[in-house]
Amino acid sequence: MKATPGNSPQQLVDHLFRHEAGKMIAVLTRIFGIQNLELVEDTVQETFLKALQVWKFGALPDNPSAWLMRVARNRTIDLIRRQQKLANISAELSKRLQSDTEIAIEQFFLDTEIADSQLRMIFTCCHPGLNQEDQVALTLKSVSGFGVQEIAKALVSTESAIQKRLYRAKESISKHDIQFEIPTGLALNHRLETVYTVLYLLFNEGYNSSKADELIRYDLCAEAMRLCKLLTEHKMTAQPAGFALMSLMCFQASRFGSRLGEDNTIILLQQQDRRKWDQQLIKMGYHFLISSSTGDVLSVYHIESAIAAEHCLAPDFESTNWELMLRLYDLLLEQKPIPIVKLNRAIILAQTAGVAAAVDAILDIPGIAGLLEQHYIYAAVLGDLYGRAGNLPEARRLLEKAWLLTPSLAEKKLLQEKMAIFA
Amino acid sequence: MKEFMFVFRGPYYEDLNFTPEQSQAAMQKWMDWIGQLAAKGRYVGGAPLVRDGKMVQGKKPLITDGPFAEGKESVGGYLIIKAETLQEASEMAFGFPDFGYQGSVEVREIIPMG
Repeated sequence: MKATPGNSPQQLVDHLFRHEAGKMIAVLTRIFGIQNLELVEDTVQETFLKALQVWKFGALPDNPSAWLMRVARNRTIDLIRRQQKLANISAELSKRLQSDTEIAIEQFFLDTEIADSQLRMIFTCCHPGLNQEDQVALTLKSVSGFGVQEIAKALVSTESAIQKRLYRAKESISKHDIQFEIPTGLALNHRLETVYTVLYLLFNEGYNSSKADELIRYDLCAEAMRLCKLLTEHKMTAQPAGFALMSLMCFQASRFGSRLGEDNTIILLQQQDRRKWDQQLIKMGYHFLISSSTGDVLSVYHIESAIAAEHCLAPDFESTNWELMLRLYDLLLEQKPIPIVKLNRAIILAQTAGVAAAVDAILDIPGIAGLLEQHYIYAAVLGDLYGRAGNLPEARRLLEKAWLLTPSLAEKKLLQEKMAIFA
Repeated sequence: MKEFMFVFRGPYYEDLNFTPEQSQAAMQKWMDWIGQLAAKGRYVGGAPLVRDGKMVQGKKPLITDGPFAEGKESVGGYLIIKAETLQEASEMAFGFPDFGYQGSVEVREIIPMG
C-alpha cells in the first residue's frame, strides 16, 4: 500500500464502490447462491467499510478495485471455512478442504468469471417471473450497486416503495425457484427479450424523466449502457438485437447534453445545437449498428436505432430525411403497433404530408380521447399541430390540458411558451 | 512549524449502515480533507488502527480486552500534521468529516526529540 495523500478525490474513480458492489454481489451470489443474497449484500458492505476504515487516513492502494476484490475473496474463504469447521470432519479432511476452498474460490474471482457472474445476475433480476417494476429496482440494487435511496431518486419513487419492490422481487425469486444462470438454447432468446426491455426502460427512465435530478438520470443512462455492453461482450449473449439496442442508446445519449438549456429548460430537437452532440458516442452508435446488421431478425431496436441514426446524420433539422424516417416508422409500427409509436409517426408525417394529415393520423389512434385526457404528451403534440395548422382555439385548449397533466416544471415552461405563440 | 497529532475517536464505520454510495461519499470527504492538508504541505502521515486491542494495567499487570465496548470512545486512527500553533492545528481539525457521526478529534502537539 502506498501513501498517496496528494491525490485529489476525483482520482478515486467515480462510482468505484457502486460498480465494485455490482461485481462483488454477482460473484458472491454465484458462490453462496441466490437464496443467500442478504448474506452476500452484508459481506459486500463489510468490504467497503473495511476499505473506508483503512484508506481514509491517506493511504490508498495502488489498485483500489483489486484491493476490494481481494478483501471480498478473503472474506468469502473465511466464511466458507467457518462453515466447514462446524461440520464434524477429521482434521486432515478439513485441512484438505480448506486448501481446496482457496483454489476453488479463486476461480470465481477471475475477470472472465466476474463478467459471467454479472450476466447471471442480470438474467436473474430480469426474470419474467418478476413484475417489471420489481425487475428494474432489483437490477439497480443487485447489478448496479445503487442504494435504496438512490433507486428511489432515480425512479422518482419513495424509499419505502422501493423497499417493497425489492422485497417482492426476492420473494418471487425464491417462489419461482429462479436459478442463478445464463439461460441457453431457445430459452436464451426469450429471456434476452426481457433483459433488453429492462435495460431500455432503465435508459428511458434516465433519458426522459424530467422529474429526477440530472446527475442521477445520467447515471441511469450510463448504467443501462454499461450493462448492455456487458451483454454484447459475452459470447453467450452477444446477439444482433443487443448490438442494436447498444447503438440506439449511444445515439440517444449523444444528445444528452444539448437537450437542456440554462435553468433546466427543454430544448427541442429542432432547436438543439447539433455541434454539442457527442460525436464520439455517435461514432460508437454507428459501430454498434454495423455490428448489429447480422442474422435474419429485424428487432425493434434495429429500427429505433436506424431512426435515431437518421437524426444524428442530418446536419440540421431541415435536412432530415423525413421520407426515410416515415418508412422506418411504418416498419416499427408493424412490430410495435402502440399509440406512442403512432404519435411519433404523426410528427414525422407533419414534415412529409403536412400538419393536417398529422392531425388526422393522431385522431385516428384508437382510444385517443382517453389518451388525451391522461397523458400530457398526446395533448401537447396534438395542440402544437393544431396551432401550426392555424386552429388556435383547439391548440390552446390542448396545450392547457397538457400543462395541467405534466408534473414537470420544465415541460410546463415549454408548454407556456407554445401557448404564448398560439395566443 | 510544529507537528501535531490528531487522535480520532468515534464509531467504526462498520457499525453505521452505509450504502456503497454513502461509503464512497464518506471516503471522498476524507480524501478531500487529507488532500487539502497535503496540498498545503501539512500532511505528515497517518494510519488506521485495528479495531480489537488489549489493555495491560495493574500493579501486577493484567492483560484484558481493551475498553472498546463503547464505540464512540474507541480510537480509530491518527494523523500527524504540521501547524504553526495549537490553535491553528485545532482549526485544521474542523475539516474532520465524522463530526456528524459523533466523532471527535483530540489535538496534541508532538514534542520534537531531535
